[in-house]
Amino acid sequence: MSDTNSETRASNPDQEFELSKLIVGTLNLEIEPSQIDPEAPLYGDGLGIDSIDILEIALAVSQTYGFKLRSDDKNNVQIFSSLRSLNRYIQQNRVK
Amino acid sequence: MTDSLPFIVDARPDAVMAYRGAQPIHVAEFLGDVASLAARLPDHRHVINLCIDRYRFTVAFAAALMREQISLLLPNETSDLIEAVAADYPDLYCLTDSSFRHAAIPCVDYPDSVERPAMSADRLHFPETQPAALVFTSGSTGRPVPNLKKWGSLVRSARAAGDSFNVGNLAGAVLLATVPQQHMYGFESTVLLALQHGLAIHGGRPFFPADICAYLDELPRPRVLVTTPIHLRALVAEPGAVLPAVDFLLSAAAPLTPQLAIEAEARFHAPLYEIYGCSEAGQVASRRTTQTDEWRCFKDIALRQDDQGTWASGKVIAADVLLQDVIELRGGDCFLLHGRTKDMVNVAGKRNSLVHLTHHLNSIPGVRDGVFMMPEDDGEAVTRLIAFVVAPGLTADAIMSALRQRIDAAFLPRPLCLVDCLPRNATGKLPHAALTKLAAEFAGK
Repeated sequence: MSDTNSETRASNPDQEFELSKLIVGTLNLEIEPSQIDPEAPLYGDGLGIDSIDILEIALAVSQTYGFKLRSDDKNNVQIFSSLRSLNRYIQQNRVK
Repeated sequence: MTDSLPFIVDARPDAVMAYRGAQPIHVAEFLGDVASLAARLPDHRHVINLCIDRYRFTVAFAAALMREQISLLLPNETSDLIEAVAADYPDLYCLTDSSFRHAAIPCVDYPDSVERPAMSADRLHFPETQPAALVFTSGSTGRPVPNLKKWGSLVRSARAAGDSFNVGNLAGAVLLATVPQQHMYGFESTVLLALQHGLAIHGGRPFFPADICAYLDELPRPRVLVTTPIHLRALVAEPGAVLPAVDFLLSAAAPLTPQLAIEAEARFHAPLYEIYGCSEAGQVASRRTTQTDEWRCFKDIALRQDDQGTWASGKVIAADVLLQDVIELRGGDCFLLHGRTKDMVNVAGKRNSLVHLTHHLNSIPGVRDGVFMMPEDDGEAVTRLIAFVVAPGLTADAIMSALRQRIDAAFLPRPLCLVDCLPRNATGKLPHAALTKLAAEFAGK
């Protein structure tokens, strides 16, 4: 379980912007990467991505960061809850 | 007197009928779980079985049949649809193994029980005429339309489908699937197909390609993967990655391109069959896509054409169904598919009607005029819908939020374009060419 302190430490605007660019480019979203609020939900009323998009993002993450997303720890919804939490997960698991 | 048909054909107590992770579950344990749950179900006649775990879903479906309850299968779980269905079935309840809750219907949690009272497999034989499921489709006016499936039709259809690709030769195999059992094609091609042919069901529903591979790796062979073109495309997307061998691949929900079929067969070292069907008729036909573009109807299903289109009929179809695809009959029981009829769209395996989607768009307060359109398919990535909306005073975000309450996420427009007026002609119609031109203008911006 991560506590609040480690979550604060793990937010990094440069990394988040890189990830924003990857998502906007992968999904051909009609917004600027800087317009993604790092705390807003990626699902539903936030960015509005769905499960088809998440498969696309998983492939881009695998190619860019060198690891494969898994969901069997049941944290999928939490990992994709915001740009910030997705970035935190990627930084913990990246191998390139 | 009517015949009864078994829920599970290989009912030897020590036969493996499911896996949860790598853990086998035997028929005797399954029967105990069904007996235990059947005794606990509330005394209602209609249930929405939302269990995510495919083993629990199967236990719950069997328990519902024992209690003569009818399982409702919905095309999606949007708030509006659940409310509409709850209004039509006042005794409806929902059985769930997640945190799902909805104000319109009582929700019952799948119990975490350890007791498994002994029960004979004979108790899981049900009359052919017993109503088993109500499969809903979204009607063109937005009201959900129920299609009643009797137990006999479900069993006969599952057996005919499996016989068409000899899945019985794989008796003893385990079937892993990425498709949801709550939808008709997933229900037929996982739970029913497996249990009517002596296969075991895997309880999980892996999502990411890495999950699918890991789940497969820990299962004994022979193993079967039931999936969709979306997942197949993601699985083969990384060139050179080694995929676990499977013994049989089944794809449903949307048409596969021959290139993807060839790649999937080569990478998984397995034959790949596709199933064609729809919620109203259920599964209709299959083909091995690498070998033929002709579909062959399952036993006892026949197609015929008149000036309205192509109808499917047969013993397992209660009332003849008008298919929403352009079909060319090739004689005997074979046909070619030439895409959808003009109004129907298929986004990532989900079908809907543009008229229906446009109806929902125009039901949003503040929307004066609006229309959905499907851009040209580029044959590769998933093509999304476009909506043009006249709604002075509303933001695109507000309209998207209202749409999300009404329609499945796959059909949400990308983009949603706010315009001053729609290019209606003198008779008030919207010519497709004018919409295509408008879409090109927005794409060029």
